[in-house]
Amino acid sequence: MSAPAPAGRSARDTILARVREALAAPAPLPHLAHHAPQPAAGGLPILSTGASRPWLPDGGDTPAETMNIFVENLGKLRAVVHRLPDMSAAADLVFTLTRERDWRRIAHHRHPLVAPLLAGVPCATYCVDDHGHCVDDHGHCVDDHGGPSGAESAAAKDALEGCDAGITGCEALVAQTGSILVSSATCGGRGLSVLPPVHLVIATADQVVATLGDALEEARQRHAGRLPSMLSFITGPSRTGDIERILVLGAHGPRELIVIIVDDARA
Amino acid sequence: MASSTGEARRIILDLLRAAGARAVIKSKCMTSEEIHLNAAMEADGYGVVESDLGEFIQQLRGEPPYHFVFPCMHVRRGEISDLFTRHLGSPPTDDPEELTMIARRHMRRLYVEADVGITGANFLVAETGQISITENEGNARLTAGLPRVHIALAGIEKVVERLDDLAVLLPMLATAGTGQPLTCYNTLYSGPRRPGECDGPEEMHVVLLDNRRTAILADPEQRDSLHCIRCGACLNVCPIFKNVGGFTYGTTYQGPIGSVITPHLRGLADWNHLSGASSLCGACTDACPVRIDIHHHLLHNRRNAARCAPHRWERLGHRLFAFVAARPWLFALAGRVGRLTLPVAKWLRPPLLAQWLDSRDLPPAPRHSFRSQWSFRGRRS
Repeated sequence: MSAPAPAGRSARDTILARVREALAAPAPLPHLAHHAPQPAAGGLPILSTGASRPWLPDGGDTPAETMNIFVENLGKLRAVVHRLPDMSAAADLVFTLTRERDWRRIAHHRHPLVAPLLAGVPCATYCVDDHGHCVDDHGHCVDDHGGPSGAESAAAKDALEGCDAGITGCEALVAQTGSILVSSATCGGRGLSVLPPVHLVIATADQVVATLGDALEEARQRHAGRLPSMLSFITGPSRTGDIERILVLGAHGPRELIVIIVDDARA
Repeated sequence: MASSTGEARRIILDLLRAAGARAVIKSKCMTSEEIHLNAAMEADGYGVVESDLGEFIQQLRGEPPYHFVFPCMHVRRGEISDLFTRHLGSPPTDDPEELTMIARRHMRRLYVEADVGITGANFLVAETGQISITENEGNARLTAGLPRVHIALAGIEKVVERLDDLAVLLPMLATAGTGQPLTCYNTLYSGPRRPGECDGPEEMHVVLLDNRRTAILADPEQRDSLHCIRCGACLNVCPIFKNVGGFTYGTTYQGPIGSVITPHLRGLADWNHLSGASSLCGACTDACPVRIDIHHHLLHNRRNAARCAPHRWERLGHRLFAFVAARPWLFALAGRVGRLTLPVAKWLRPPLLAQWLDSRDLPPAPRHSFRSQWSFRGRRS
């Protein structure tokens, strides 16, 4: 194994010194230099080897195109998407789902789009923001008492684990891959979007962006230099192929992902 | 930062002690296999549970991962059912969905009760100080989200310059690894719970491992093998790996890329045979999304190994063979003695041969040598 660090130098200094020393010798990328494919005479042109295009599906150019691609991708991922005109239609949908599925407790966080959905819901609700600190309606911290205590935090985890569904807002929706970007700051922390067996996302149509890069840029601007401790792209319900490579949904995270997109959030 | 595997183990064990850990949950991390973390934790009395379904099955079987993307792809559902019945007391079933749900139910309390969560990291973002974790099951999200302390372990080569780089690398890893446009969860962590966030760990530690990666960096010829994103594409297309599987050569990182980097991580003298076990067909290089020149690196490793002075016994063996092969009568005699003694030797298992027989089978000795068969056929025609 590697030689132990000399006395007086930390492992960090030793490793960084080794990195600097190693990088002093330039290294051309041998594969790119010697094996770049050349088109045969009269053959098809070969795409630029430096292009990242092949790995990036299309995200659409206009808002309408972007929305269509997003909805289509969610369908392929076996997520369910509902496009509704306004918040009262969304509240009706959540009411119906609660009745049909016989949900007894829904977890949520404080968010301007989530609150109207729960106004008349026929079951108990549990707010993850009710532990040891306060956030305002936009999910920003107003008062932090050092976070939940050990006992509070254990109780909160138990309470969340016992819920039948979790409702969150989101930072952005990504058309390119059908992903939902959530953050620990504005989407109910780390557990709400992954622990309950059903994850409901409420978003407005203008939150759909074309690419992963656009979504990251959006989050950067919103949080102005201080990114939340967690940013997560959720792409469909939790899944595994570990047993004989057969697809099973709901491995550890939610088995169902339901996305509600409203055109007009004001109503 | 840890120079060696021992240092990385010590750092993590110290963190567990400081946290007063009782229950540890872990999500998939190949670097932890490289440093043999689970064995070290168990030796120090910490109970640790692998939460990734495939890794959990391998942990119950007492085996390392078979493939670094699909850890238990060699195990059939019947065997998994028997394993769960034996360890978890679940009723037998041959339905993959039911088997997955058994593991899900078993794991849920463990996430809630664990005080430390250990994860790997697929990328480290220099610009923002975030670590990025790619997964499908949601187990890494839970492992990094619920316990009081989060420890992440990663090799230093995982660092990328900008956050925007992930907009290409995340889809690339998914497409090359599992054929998905993007895996189910791609998560960036930049620290413990922030003021105003309702949950998350109180502490986050990132352990960065060198373990001779800087030696690969210092070799301009093979530096690009550090670009590996561990997608497993080279394993999936390799005609050798497809036939012999992930356990044959006892390496942590399997397949073509494993054969390139293992001699660097563990020493060329003992691991140069890996580069011989290749047809150099180049399928790995064609499949590699980050264009590592894998099959030429295998060739470079062969050359470097040939430059090292061979072992004393190996040299003696070659000299003896040359002496015998240059004398046809002696060669024929040696062949006859070998054919007669082989069955006896197989039964007696003398020390050196026993080691060979532990992992290989000897074919039955033919009754006639190739040369006698040749001359016999020559007479007939």
